[in-house]
Amino acid sequence: MATETTNSDGLADVMGVQSHAPADAAPGMPQLDFTTFGNQIFWLVVALVAIYFILSRVALPRIGAVLAERQGTITNDIAAAEDLKVKATEAEAAYDKALIEARAEAQRIIAAAKADIQADLAKAIADADVEISAKTAESEKAINEIRASAMENVEVVAKDTAEAIVAALGSSADAKTISAAVDARMKG
Amino acid sequence: MVAEAKGEEAGGLVFHPMDQFIVEPFFGDGAVSWYTITNSTVWMAIAVLAVFALLVLGTSKRAIVPTRMQSVAELAYGFIYKMVEDICGKEGVKYFPYIMTLFMFIVFSNFLGLLPMAFTPTSHIAVTAVMAFAVFFGVTILGFVKNGASFLELFWVSSAPLALRPILALIEVISYFVRPVSHSIRLAGNMMAGHAVIKVFAGFAAIAAIAPLSVVAITAMYGLEVLVSFIQAYVFTILTCVYLKDALHPHH
Repeated sequence: MATETTNSDGLADVMGVQSHAPADAAPGMPQLDFTTFGNQIFWLVVALVAIYFILSRVALPRIGAVLAERQGTITNDIAAAEDLKVKATEAEAAYDKALIEARAEAQRIIAAAKADIQADLAKAIADADVEISAKTAESEKAINEIRASAMENVEVVAKDTAEAIVAALGSSADAKTISAAVDARMKG
Repeated sequence: MVAEAKGEEAGGLVFHPMDQFIVEPFFGDGAVSWYTITNSTVWMAIAVLAVFALLVLGTSKRAIVPTRMQSVAELAYGFIYKMVEDICGKEGVKYFPYIMTLFMFIVFSNFLGLLPMAFTPTSHIAVTAVMAFAVFFGVTILGFVKNGASFLELFWVSSAPLALRPILALIEVISYFVRPVSHSIRLAGNMMAGHAVIKVFAGFAAIAAIAPLSVVAITAMYGLEVLVSFIQAYVFTILTCVYLKDALHPHH
């Protein structure tokens, strides 16, 4: 009999029939024990409100802020890296530009130096030419003088010699005649 | 009563798969009145404390490089935030704290309920129905407040042929009002069934020959229940988002 009772109770329990009084300890489906509904609903609302306030007042703003801050940090770091990259590129360009300018400057200096040297050289050559021509003129003059004096000497010697020869030959001639004869002879 | 219990035990196999769901006073005996602290109350409180521990204590350092706890908290935040944003759009983000509240409560109740000797508040239809009806009424009122009478266009499928529209509207209305029922029974039913099945397998362990098989079956069921615990919390949350989307954008 006891077993039978249990079975029928069990069946009723499975069917979810409220066969038990609320005080009875073993209802078939405790989910359908309506006496506990008020209690569960009350405490559920308390729990949900508690969680809601924990989340909306503290947890969610904090986590949101942390995530935003992290995103900001990452964005900033990326921006900074981008900035540094641009700066590096700029520095490289500036370096290249400076190098090209330095090369151009060097070329310019070399050309200027070459031109200076050329000018100096030309001036020195011109000076030397002038000096040389002056010296040449001087020398020519000296040579001409020497030649003129030599001719004079020759004339004098020739007149003297001619006078002496004429005297030695026993004839006499005046100096004027002899001189004219020598002159005529030398010109011829 | 005592005699009956003894008679049952003498019979050998004893199954009490539903006893674990009994709501009883946590301190002492007596009737359960609306303010009594019951086992259900205690496990709800533990769930609240667990939420507090994870989301508040876990993030107290506000570290840019997160600790493990903070990582999990951020993961939960990002998971639900993205879900709300993807499904409801930008306007839905305003309701993110409510949805997050539901998700955190359900997921912690489900997982804490898997501890041996624990009680699972979400295995009770009273609990899930309150949440489901809160979502249902909240979303319906929000739909009318935001869209006025044009909220009713939700039931008028303008892309269907005109002749079919009244029939579709009827179906849509019925399905709309069935939402809170399916929404709540899905969660409570899943939680209840898994726990009951584990208890039944545990009952078989009384027979020595079946005991090893029983242990293996309990282990397998437990693994499945871990999945179900998360998936049901996820499903409840994502359906809440879908209903919210209907309220915000009722036009098909």
